[in-house]
Amino acid sequence: MRYSAFSLLRNTLSHHKNWPQLWGSPDPQPEYDVIIIGGGGHGLATAYYLASQHGINNVAVLEKAWIGGGNTGRNTTIVRSNYLWDESAKLYETALKLWENLSQELNYNVMFSQRGVMNLCHNVHDVRETKRRVNANRLNGIDSEFLDAQQVKEFCPAIDLRGGGRYPVMGASLQRRGGTARHDAVAWGYARGAAKRGVHIIQNCPVTGFDIEGGAIKGVQTAKGPIKAKRVGMVVAGHSSVLANMAGFKLPLHCRPLQALVSEPVKPAIDCVVMSNAVHAYISQSDKGELVIGAGTDAYCSYGQRGSMHNTEGTLAAICEMFPQFRRMKMLRAWGGIVDTCPDASPIIGKTPVEGLYINCGWGTGGFKATPGSGWVFADTIANERPHALAEPFALSRFSSGYLIGEHGAAGVAH
Amino acid sequence: MLLIDCPHCGPRNESEFHYGDQAHIARPENSESMSDQEWAEYVYLRENPKGLFRERWVHSAGCGRWFNAVRDTVSSRIVATYKQGEEAPISAEEEGGLL
Repeated sequence: MRYSAFSLLRNTLSHHKNWPQLWGSPDPQPEYDVIIIGGGGHGLATAYYLASQHGINNVAVLEKAWIGGGNTGRNTTIVRSNYLWDESAKLYETALKLWENLSQELNYNVMFSQRGVMNLCHNVHDVRETKRRVNANRLNGIDSEFLDAQQVKEFCPAIDLRGGGRYPVMGASLQRRGGTARHDAVAWGYARGAAKRGVHIIQNCPVTGFDIEGGAIKGVQTAKGPIKAKRVGMVVAGHSSVLANMAGFKLPLHCRPLQALVSEPVKPAIDCVVMSNAVHAYISQSDKGELVIGAGTDAYCSYGQRGSMHNTEGTLAAICEMFPQFRRMKMLRAWGGIVDTCPDASPIIGKTPVEGLYINCGWGTGGFKATPGSGWVFADTIANERPHALAEPFALSRFSSGYLIGEHGAAGVAH
Repeated sequence: MLLIDCPHCGPRNESEFHYGDQAHIARPENSESMSDQEWAEYVYLRENPKGLFRERWVHSAGCGRWFNAVRDTVSSRIVATYKQGEEAPISAEEEGGLL
């Protein structure tokens, strides 16, 4: 069913009892053309674009738990594309352009709100680094501007420029086209769109092994039995190293817990996204009124989906210096996700040492913003069995060729 | 916050330490004849296991010395800490296993 004012009216008349299921729960078939492992935003987007752009509909998405329950449901929903290097700028900007039309494309409201994203500078070095990034962004056709302290105050009146003396605000970069989106809706919208085109979304189906013959993938072993496929895409974020290990190769990944938390809901106080790279704090306000706050990563490798209290404490201390009016806010929930960080803070997209097995991982602390673009290039990579032009620089082989794409500054979180 | 038992100073808060990632990676001795792929393996490729992990920590706000630990990366429970140069309580094959 297509969502429209008319379908809403019709379902109102039947007391909203007849809305169809967004996606079904099919039993796995013995064989598919393509298997996507991982039912997060990136995996579902990949399946959606395989079906909608490449005419490959015989696809299964295997999710170990429920779709969108991993990092897709655990991030702080920030979308922006102000990355430093040409390769990243093109990739993230492709994603941002897809975001701008995503609700229409999916006929599902992902609540994409281009409220503007500010990255603050607290010292002279930050100012220089930020101006460099702003200029690099503009050369790549990305809207990015430098604000001095007074302009920061005008754009976000809630901020205290003195930052308690500890985090003075000396300026910021601003991407007006950046903003936030509803993270669950992204997973659900892609799942609905993919399922409508014949993709099987199979939940509670962890992959337990790979069938590899003569260096080529033949299928996967799952909790629901073996499933054959000659092309398999692996989009499992925090568990990429574990699955790669099953397939017999290693990845340059480090898994870290990254925490986020939300406050009690209050009336509108901040109408933009404020990020502070130096103190690993970022904050925005959800449509429900909660302050959504992101912290830095924990220091150590972990698969525990929770982090240490002293990290959130440090983040909140910095938030309170910059927004003293939030000192008495109460935090409602805190949680952690496992982010797969790469040594150069850029993702890995493309082929693996196993023929027919493709990988999309290493998005680390910033994967959500790239969801549509990641799915777009990965679907194209799998469909044509060669890296998409935008994905080519992000191949696993860059760690032996030395062409790393260092995005620690633009990634916004220290790790 | 983890409570980490420094083999030199005893149990201290995690905030006194810095992390050094995977332990027992020996610098290759034939570096002049190594291929790019072998260098990549030495510099970048890591175990990153789910389960027991042999890792390095430095007690930077204490004695300043590096040491090794075996920690479960799911529960974050530290099974053992031991001085550099000492034998690891688990082998490489046991890495990624559960307690």
